[in-house]
Amino acid sequence: MSTKNDKETIRNLIDGTLSWEELRNDVLPDPKASNRFEVVREVLEERVDWDEPILVPLNDHLFVVGSDDGRLVKAECGHELCSTDENWKLHTEVRVREDPDQFEELYTEQQSPHPDWGFQLREFFCPGCYQLVEVEAVPTGYPILEKFEPDIDAFYEEWLETTPPDRR
Amino acid sequence: MSKTTDTDTAAEYERVDPPIGWDGQTLQEMLDHSEQQLEETGRYKGLEELEMKENQPFEYEQLYSRLRGALVSARETALNISASAIVREIGELCFQLYTPEGDCVALSTGIIVHVHTGSLAIKYMIEQDYEHRRGIQPGDVFCNNDNDIGNVHTTDVHTFVPIFHDGELIAWADGVTHEIDIGGKTAGHDLIDATERFEDGLYATCEKIGENDELYQDWKERGKRGTRTPMYWDLDEKCRLAGCHMIRNTVKGMIDDVGAETFKQFMAEAVEEGRQTLNERVQERLFPGTYRDTSFMPMPFEERDHPEPAASQDMMNHLPVEMRVDTDGGLEVDMTGASPPGPHTYNAAEGSMEGGMWVSLTQCLLHDGKVNDGSYFAVDTNYPEGSVVNPQDPSLSYQASWGSIQPTYNAVWKNISRSFLARGFREEVNAGFGMTSDAVQGGGQLDATGEYWAVSTFDLSCQGLGASAARDGLDYGYAMWNPESDLGDIEKWELLEHGAVHLGRRVKPNTAGHGKYRGGSGWEGLRTFTGSSDISMFIGGWDGVGFSTTGMSGGYPYACGYTVTAQDTDFAERIAKQEKYPVDDTPPGSLEEDIEAEDVDRSTAAVLFPTQFDNNDLLHWDMRGGPGYGDPLERPVEKLVDDAEKGIYTPDVIEDVYGVVGELDEEDREFEVDEEATEARREELREEREAESVPATEFWESERERVLDREFSDPVTWMYSGVFERSPEWTESFREFWDLPADYSISEEEA
Repeated sequence: MSTKNDKETIRNLIDGTLSWEELRNDVLPDPKASNRFEVVREVLEERVDWDEPILVPLNDHLFVVGSDDGRLVKAECGHELCSTDENWKLHTEVRVREDPDQFEELYTEQQSPHPDWGFQLREFFCPGCYQLVEVEAVPTGYPILEKFEPDIDAFYEEWLETTPPDRR
Repeated sequence: MSKTTDTDTAAEYERVDPPIGWDGQTLQEMLDHSEQQLEETGRYKGLEELEMKENQPFEYEQLYSRLRGALVSARETALNISASAIVREIGELCFQLYTPEGDCVALSTGIIVHVHTGSLAIKYMIEQDYEHRRGIQPGDVFCNNDNDIGNVHTTDVHTFVPIFHDGELIAWADGVTHEIDIGGKTAGHDLIDATERFEDGLYATCEKIGENDELYQDWKERGKRGTRTPMYWDLDEKCRLAGCHMIRNTVKGMIDDVGAETFKQFMAEAVEEGRQTLNERVQERLFPGTYRDTSFMPMPFEERDHPEPAASQDMMNHLPVEMRVDTDGGLEVDMTGASPPGPHTYNAAEGSMEGGMWVSLTQCLLHDGKVNDGSYFAVDTNYPEGSVVNPQDPSLSYQASWGSIQPTYNAVWKNISRSFLARGFREEVNAGFGMTSDAVQGGGQLDATGEYWAVSTFDLSCQGLGASAARDGLDYGYAMWNPESDLGDIEKWELLEHGAVHLGRRVKPNTAGHGKYRGGSGWEGLRTFTGSSDISMFIGGWDGVGFSTTGMSGGYPYACGYTVTAQDTDFAERIAKQEKYPVDDTPPGSLEEDIEAEDVDRSTAAVLFPTQFDNNDLLHWDMRGGPGYGDPLERPVEKLVDDAEKGIYTPDVIEDVYGVVGELDEEDREFEVDEEATEARREELREEREAESVPATEFWESERERVLDREFSDPVTWMYSGVFERSPEWTESFREFWDLPADYSISEEEA
């Protein structure tokens, strides 16, 4: 008997509206339902206003999708950032906080980085809707990391033993 | 092997002539063969099938449960022999059973970080041919806390007892406790000002410390004279030895019941099952691909006047983690680009990094199943030799290795969490954790009795946990190194820490990392001193001057920490006159309102090297929150009302970060939202994003100019130059990202 995996439960899980009791008793325990990925994918596809198949979510608002132009990183709002060969963060809008007054909008004076150390908070926004999609906390000059490069074909073909949705 | 004589004080055992391995093999031959089988087949001992598990499942599971029960029982019983609050109250101990080759079969609850550290020590003894040279005999007792060989940090001390049957070494029992003091340069259980081994304290390098079940007299004398808290040392040692003997009795009972051959088969299958479990779990929960994250460890040692000249500089460690989820269910963890080791106490040996891996994976991926060295065999790790995470240099200080382990595993957790999210398991996502660092440590002498009291409070084990993708992080209740984290009772601590009295402990507002789901909150504490002399205290706080990690999916890092000391105060007069005195520093800067002090030191460095205190001085510290998850503007208003009323965030931060405008009635703790103003403020914050941001390519151009001009702070230059010197691969990736000339370099001389 696996944990709950019906669409309603998964919708609520994604929305964050499950109570602690529901989360603890119905979703967190093992074993997990083996088709969780497919249910999540269906729920996510129902929620967007575009038709390209979602291949894998990268975070709350960005997805790798299949398209006529190949695989793209696409935002929930419909903005297409780049192909999966590129680092999507280089196709966002970014605000950099590195001065004390900028840090102190988020934390108090005592609880902010020391100005002499050169820390930055880089806030990456979707150019389509200015949704915040990533925050980096790094020193000056640190490369913008591409944090996840999924092996999409291997996942579908070898683990799920199916054809990726964009090639069906 | 039968015992020939029993006396009240010791047993006497018949000697066993080498070879002591199975079927006439030496231990080295067994180890070589086992490694060869793993290399050739990919399976532990080349096991094609788990025959016993498949054909006699009940007997197999019964043996595992009995063994696991014995290990837990040994822990729960033995800890009552100890008097140290670390062991007795917080349970900072663990027992393990290893094969003769040193592969962990099962372990108890507790500080399970040691699943592999004991393994390395046993393998060291095998490779150094203790079998013939030092001798491994029934009734022998060995001790190790040498980090370069197999340990997490110096104050973790292992006791090993070999278990013999019929002339063969069947297994090893191992017990480890975390000492309250180990006779290092200063008092404390995680020294922060040691810079080399010779300041770390008492070291035992796989040392034989007893025979015939009794500890050597000279070894006991060494502990008595070599530590500041000899009673705790002595009782902890007895606790470890008693636990190992309990395990030995159980193993012998199991062999009596099922026979030695069955027990041997069981051990091998349990390890192989552990390996297979990890592969299966990876395929069930993760998404194949490559993941990257980096943590940083700022060390503001110049700013805080480190007492050793070589270490009195501001430094920062670079702890990058590239993780690969293979299609065959394997995991690879690669730290290419990690900083070189340094004149600090955060050097971490390979064994301690492996320990960090297991204490992490058992919490996020392997909640169940057989956790043992089988899981270790399923993960390929690269902790680069000569780096801070694998120095291969016993002369370094390893007192506070957690200073590298914890930030590293924040990056590992984020990588694994990205994989959970990709796979749809949002509830398993964890944005990381507040680094526990080390709160107040030190000690003094109680005037009334002349007794030395040590402060090694483990209330540090309650930090904020990172948010998941479905809920907020746990408030002030988590430590990555011990899944059974516990703040402990102040009253219990004060029974031992006689001279250091708590004035207050409370939720620290604005410490939780922002996000749609916020990180868990941190807390703060304030102490004074009384009735004592020779008081020396320190604080090993991290994340003071900068961030070591961040949040996920738009979540922010938790707030930085700080410390305050107030010396030569009017505290005693205030008490005598029953006047108000400080119990916290909330809001920050308010502590001084209720105390007169000649000397107030307020530092965002969060670290304080050993400092002399007098009675009635004050010492303030704070503990970290957890990182957040998701865009803060998506956090529901009702949750922010709750945050305001619980004091997690202050109204000004709620307005500036979350765009929720309201008024807090401090008396009734009720927060009333101004809905219209909230709507307008949220819209304003969205508009600010557009107005204040630039295309990332534009940022890339401007930041590249700063990189070309080497506009780095001194500690950042220290970090880049060390990595450039050590890692050509990482250097090349840096040059490639910023499109730099092939001869571009960063060195401290160029700064």
